[in-house]
Amino acid sequence: MSWLHLAVLTPFLFTLVVPLLNKNIRRIHTGWFVLAVPLLLFIYFLGHFPLDPTMAPVIHSIPWIPSLDIHFTLYLDGLALLLLLIITGIGTLVVLYSIYYMSMEREALHNFYVYLLLFMGAMLGIVLSDNLLVLYVFWETTSVSSFLLIAYWYQRSRSRYGAQKSMLITVSGGFSMLFGFILLYTMTGTFSVRELIGMSGQIAEHALFIPAMLLILLGAFTKSAQFPFHIWLPDAMEAPTPISAYLHSATMVKAGVYLVARLTPIFGGSMEWFWIITIFGVITLFWGSFMAIRQNDLKALLAYSTISQLGLIMSLLGIGSAALNANFSDQAILFSGATLAAVFHLFNHSIFKGCLFMVIGILDHETGTRDIRKLGGLMSIMPISFTLTVIGGLSMAGLPPFSGFLSKEMFFTGMLTAARNMDQWVMLLPVVAWIASVLTFVYCLILVFKTFTGKFQPERLDKAPHEAPIGMLISPGVLAVLVIVFFFFPNLLSLSLLEPAMHSIMPNLLAPGERFDVHISAFHGFNTELLMTFGIILLGTTLYVYLKRWSGIYDTLPRKYTLNNAYDGGLTGLERMSLKFTSTYMTGFLHNYLSYIFVVMICLTAGTLLSQGAFTIDLSTNSSIEWFEFVLGISVIIAAVFMVFSRSRMTSIIAVGSIGYMVSLFFVIFRAPDLALTQLVVETITTALFLLCFYYLPKMKKELTRLRFKLSNLLISLGVGITLTLIGLSVQGHNLFESISRYFENSYELAGAKNIVNSLLVDFRAFDTMLEIVVLFAAGIGVYNLIKLRENRRNN
Amino acid sequence: MKFTDVILQTSTKILVFIILTFSIYVMFAGHHNPGGGFIGGLITASALILLYIAFDVKTVHEIIPVDFKIVGALGVLIALLTGIGSMVLGYPFLSQTFAYKTLPLFGKTELATAVIFDLGVYMAVVGTTMTIILSIGEDE
Repeated sequence: MSWLHLAVLTPFLFTLVVPLLNKNIRRIHTGWFVLAVPLLLFIYFLGHFPLDPTMAPVIHSIPWIPSLDIHFTLYLDGLALLLLLIITGIGTLVVLYSIYYMSMEREALHNFYVYLLLFMGAMLGIVLSDNLLVLYVFWETTSVSSFLLIAYWYQRSRSRYGAQKSMLITVSGGFSMLFGFILLYTMTGTFSVRELIGMSGQIAEHALFIPAMLLILLGAFTKSAQFPFHIWLPDAMEAPTPISAYLHSATMVKAGVYLVARLTPIFGGSMEWFWIITIFGVITLFWGSFMAIRQNDLKALLAYSTISQLGLIMSLLGIGSAALNANFSDQAILFSGATLAAVFHLFNHSIFKGCLFMVIGILDHETGTRDIRKLGGLMSIMPISFTLTVIGGLSMAGLPPFSGFLSKEMFFTGMLTAARNMDQWVMLLPVVAWIASVLTFVYCLILVFKTFTGKFQPERLDKAPHEAPIGMLISPGVLAVLVIVFFFFPNLLSLSLLEPAMHSIMPNLLAPGERFDVHISAFHGFNTELLMTFGIILLGTTLYVYLKRWSGIYDTLPRKYTLNNAYDGGLTGLERMSLKFTSTYMTGFLHNYLSYIFVVMICLTAGTLLSQGAFTIDLSTNSSIEWFEFVLGISVIIAAVFMVFSRSRMTSIIAVGSIGYMVSLFFVIFRAPDLALTQLVVETITTALFLLCFYYLPKMKKELTRLRFKLSNLLISLGVGITLTLIGLSVQGHNLFESISRYFENSYELAGAKNIVNSLLVDFRAFDTMLEIVVLFAAGIGVYNLIKLRENRRNN
Repeated sequence: MKFTDVILQTSTKILVFIILTFSIYVMFAGHHNPGGGFIGGLITASALILLYIAFDVKTVHEIIPVDFKIVGALGVLIALLTGIGSMVLGYPFLSQTFAYKTLPLFGKTELATAVIFDLGVYMAVVGTTMTIILSIGEDE
């Protein structure tokens, strides 16, 4: 157990204490105690802060299930550290914010903080795990804790709906990812990411390479809300705002991005990886920004903007992976710039999106609504919130002097690199990206101006708005300050954190001793990227001003054809179909179930018999048939036919009895006196019982009905009869082994008994007999209970 | 008019003893001849049923004050104990043995543990059959 393991487990261990604290210390907000956890972890991880850009990874391993190659191995390198600092840093701020946001009196704080800590620990585990299966365990823990957090206000049906949706989508993605991991294991025999990276060449040539890649990407895409799996994210906005800020902007949705970055050294060399990630990323980028403009709910707007930004990061990771491709080895360094942009934007996005969510939370908290149509003119009432929104919003839009500007420029560089170095039609990528950026600019303007400028409408608000308490403003304030700091000093970040992260995403790209060019400058001359930004500002402003004129575009497609409706329809359709399917065969009628059983039996046995050519008739060893055997056989047949076609039940019972007595006659003929005796008595008793049942039949339905004829029943019964006859005939021709009955002929020497049957029953195989009398006795007690219990009930 | 079945009752009194004797013969003959605990038990049960038919449940119960559920349970228990007995002596479960001994009245007789087991079967069959028939018969 190392300190690193303890760090991952700390949040989990602390969850045990939280309810106690909440219950016993009522006067202090539980959040203050929880705050210590992420803060200490943040300080601990800062201790790993790399002074050397090519930092040596820290590895600690504990065997968990060694026989299955599952080790709790933690691997701390540049990429992990970047994510860890985001998780614990923003985690600290979110907990601080939630102390002021979540009411101490009204909310179930112990639930809130337990779920939050579970999530935090799971997220740390995802980032640090080296073993894929351990990673999967933590991955699903984030899904579950996110589910719990979204449905935190479980009294609301929208919360439950959102939680269920996110659960279904992320968990199905997680499952497919698990299959992908297992495929990787079958290819290489290891679950360790480090070892897998070492074997990446071998994996690339394997036939299962593409399936494993697709399955794993499905997991990453569902978690990171990529198109078309993004639909859960807007509905997850029903969670409390600190949760939206933490999970659905800074951490959980980054898990998919992290996974893609982490596995880039394994899969990145293939063109499929490049195209899938880039294209899906760009589509997500465009669709998210397009849909964000339409939203009236501020959180929904931010959700779509998160989707869009995640698409941006994803597409950059896709383009960056081309650096590993052999086709582009000359431009490898150029392409790796895209990866740098991805990592940088990942960091930036976490900061400004966290800040924005917190500010929206403040707005919601102070005005009682998040609806853009009701808000307006809050600039002078809530000046600090306004400032923070401007900083976050403009950073998201990609304007100087905010750090978002830098990563956006690098984003364009990456897109242009791809366009310049590849086929002609790849020119589409920067064009679409540019349009998406224009849309991003528009919704950022909507976010800032529709909320804070314009007419103040106090009559439409639930509360009289005023500036938030200082404690609530600290967290977004810190993030906003970081946004500005990293614009002016981006190299603080790039040299210390981004470069080691680059080394972990592309470990073998550079010769030893070489370093990535990670110097980011705020101004880099007049180039295409800067012109594109100017274009964005011009066109974006125009679009914003004439928003009303062109927003009709959203109504061109009927609202019926949305992905949400497809999801809802699919879900209800699935339920309806399975209900229909089940009710077609689960009729509740015993005769239907019997016919299924018989038909399956016929198909399986007769099918096997005929398809294997096992049917043979060999009568050579048969003994001759005597005349009385003939007579008896025909009598049995007559009685059987009589039984089936008789009109009254009484006749059937007598026919059955006569069959039984004739069977005992057969036993006599075939020299089985014990059987004959027993059969005789048992047949008498069962016939008597039949008569008893017959006597007690209810009076109402006593009219004698003829057996109704049904063709299907006839066919099934004929099928069963023929199948069993065929089997009987073929079995008799297949005498593979000598009978063991010779052994029992020594029964007098072995068991002191001259009656072989009896010695078999009580000596050689007495165990069977013993269990049979137990069965008999149980049946007797059963009959007794059935009758006596009914009597007792009646008496009561 | 009171219906009397003197003939049935009188002949039953004689027949029951014959049937019971036969059933016990069948039960003990099982080792060397057709028969055994199962069929013996069934025949005994039929003798008892004859009694119940000729007389009524109450009268027979006064003559034979036996709870047949307990008989059945005892039968199963005896069968089980013969198996456990062989385990106590260090043999596998349900090992049977036999020996020839000279008894005072019967002379040289074969004694087999299998007969004890068969006795268990016999009692279980009698107990169960009678339990079923009586509980159905007593039901209104």
